Amino acid sequence: MFGSIDPLLLLASLMVAATPILLAAIGELVVERAGVLNLGVEGMMISGSVLGFVAAIATGNAWIGFLVAALGGAGMALVFGILTQFFLSNQVATGLALTLFGLGLASLLGQGYLGVKAPSFPDWHIPILGDIPVIGPIIFQHDPMVYVGLGIVGGVWWFLNKTRAGLVLRAVGENHEAAHALGYHVVRTRLLAIMFGGACAGLGGAYLSIVRVPTYADGLTAGAGWIALAIVVFASWKPGRLLLGAYLFGGVTVLQLNLQAAGVAIPVEYLSMSPYIATILVLVIMSAGGAPGSLGKTFHASR
Amino acid sequence: MLRRTLLASAAATAMLGGLAHADGHAPVKVGFVYVGPIGDGGWTYEHDKGRLAVEAEFGDAVETVFVESVPEGPDAERVMTQMALEGADLIFTTSFGYMDPTINVAANFPDVAFEHATGYKQADNVSVYSARFYEGRAVQGHIAGQITESNVIGYIASFPIPEVIRGINSAYIHAKEVNPDVEFKIIWAYTWFDPAKEAEAANVLIEQGADVILQHTDSTAPQAAAAAANDAGATVYTFGQASDMGEFAPMPRVSSIIDDWAPYYIARTQAVMDGTWESTSTWDGIGAGMVGIGEISDAIPAEVKASAEDMVARLASGEYHAFTGPINKQDGSVWLAEGETASDYGDDGLAGLNFYVEGLTAEVPQ
Repeated sequence: MFGSIDPLLLLASLMVAATPILLAAIGELVVERAGVLNLGVEGMMISGSVLGFVAAIATGNAWIGFLVAALGGAGMALVFGILTQFFLSNQVATGLALTLFGLGLASLLGQGYLGVKAPSFPDWHIPILGDIPVIGPIIFQHDPMVYVGLGIVGGVWWFLNKTRAGLVLRAVGENHEAAHALGYHVVRTRLLAIMFGGACAGLGGAYLSIVRVPTYADGLTAGAGWIALAIVVFASWKPGRLLLGAYLFGGVTVLQLNLQAAGVAIPVEYLSMSPYIATILVLVIMSAGGAPGSLGKTFHASR
Repeated sequence: MLRRTLLASAAATAMLGGLAHADGHAPVKVGFVYVGPIGDGGWTYEHDKGRLAVEAEFGDAVETVFVESVPEGPDAERVMTQMALEGADLIFTTSFGYMDPTINVAANFPDVAFEHATGYKQADNVSVYSARFYEGRAVQGHIAGQITESNVIGYIASFPIPEVIRGINSAYIHAKEVNPDVEFKIIWAYTWFDPAKEAEAANVLIEQGADVILQHTDSTAPQAAAAAANDAGATVYTFGQASDMGEFAPMPRVSSIIDDWAPYYIARTQAVMDGTWESTSTWDGIGAGMVGIGEISDAIPAEVKASAEDMVARLASGEYHAFTGPINKQDGSVWLAEGETASDYGDDGLAGLNFYVEGLTAEVPQ
């Protein structure tokens, strides 16, 4: 019944399928830990996907594409940051506007690049580790961006839990008035976090257009940014659980396509909804921690 | 953004239109409702080429408007109503899911001519038109069955509607004819257009051993995914869908089904201008030119190419029907007896086809 599914390939493609969501979600996690709710992830992702794609085509180098996507995502996030941190605009409304703006901008910039193929971005066969049976093909034979994503998650965990700057960022997110009273720069910390979140979302989008699809089309992200936002909440703002949530979602997504192709007699509709249900169930059962105390609240030093 | 532009231009043309009517030289206004973006490189792209051909043919005598990426549902009714209110004389609704919305809106605007693509519900002011894509699928199956090494052919399907099921059956029958060991793996994407999902489906099919990928979704993502797999050392063949997708030739794309709507759109616009438009049902294939077969690339053996071209010629002349018996249904009962060809309408007719033929192992989602 499952004869044609190769479990090694399934687990391997799980890591690839999860990477765009993982990148976007880890960026948003840092933003929310700093006390800012940016609902513009989808907009920053799709802008990153088109900017990265255009840059990769223009230069023939996928790495430059990723760099431009990160800068573009950070740039869009900076617009959000200036509006919400200096002009004290409503974070929810501004974030939604950023999504709409990003979708339109991407559609405009992408006009001349529809149906073009991205430059190749070969898998990275890690010496020695890649040759280990079973584990090698699953974990150590992917394109480099998969490892960049994992590296960012590890780095964020280390930053938040083991560094002084991470402690300051968490303090700003938990109680911005107290952090301000202690002399920390609330607005500066948040701006940096917002830009980091934008850069990660841009990378996630570019991963779709340069590696995973690999071509650009309007509406490419198809809601991945919203899933990233949901995963941050279900992961209770913890990097480790975020990794689990993203891999679970990616895994079940790939699994349901595999089951269909293998002709398993489960109605297709149930298979299609399974990634969402599985992710929600597991993360809800696991979730314990609460949201950062100042999440989504506007801060001004005079108050 | 686009809708706003449409509204603005509509407001302007409503004023101009009023003036133009006065001296009797009103341009005929033709509206198009698209299910995807005009840059999808497939289905909607070809409909928009048809729209541009109408503009090129009639120049100032015609004015066209379009709205892209309209969801199949209540939104579609809103868009059609808007077009009719803006004075459109003829509206083409270009996706199966617009069938009921088109009928509903048409009832409110008896003086506007509607044309619905790929559906089966007609009304006094609603024509239906479609192309016999299954003729192209027969050619694809004929080629695919011969070039596959793994005997596994992947099929990315969109929605379980008769048009898609006809395509699967036609491709399977003709692949089986030349290669009795062939097996079809079918993934239902439940979307016409979602590049990431289409690419993922293509990758899964390749991982499960398919070396030919047929698609009934609208983007070029499966082509790009197959090209990436070939870069990594695989040998995967694909076929362009709805549009030539020639940017992926000669490999992985080895041929394609091209929808050519331009002659039909021009003829129907002419009919509205002449006042001779009436509700019709059109279903044309390779012979009438509505279905084109994109150039078969040299990536496949010459004798396969020659026999495929022969099949195209026989389908075009009407000498051969893509559904010619003996063909059994999936449950083993007889669908078409020896030498019998499928009828278009009626019980088990092609228009409402909702079952697989014998040999396909999956089930049609209900």
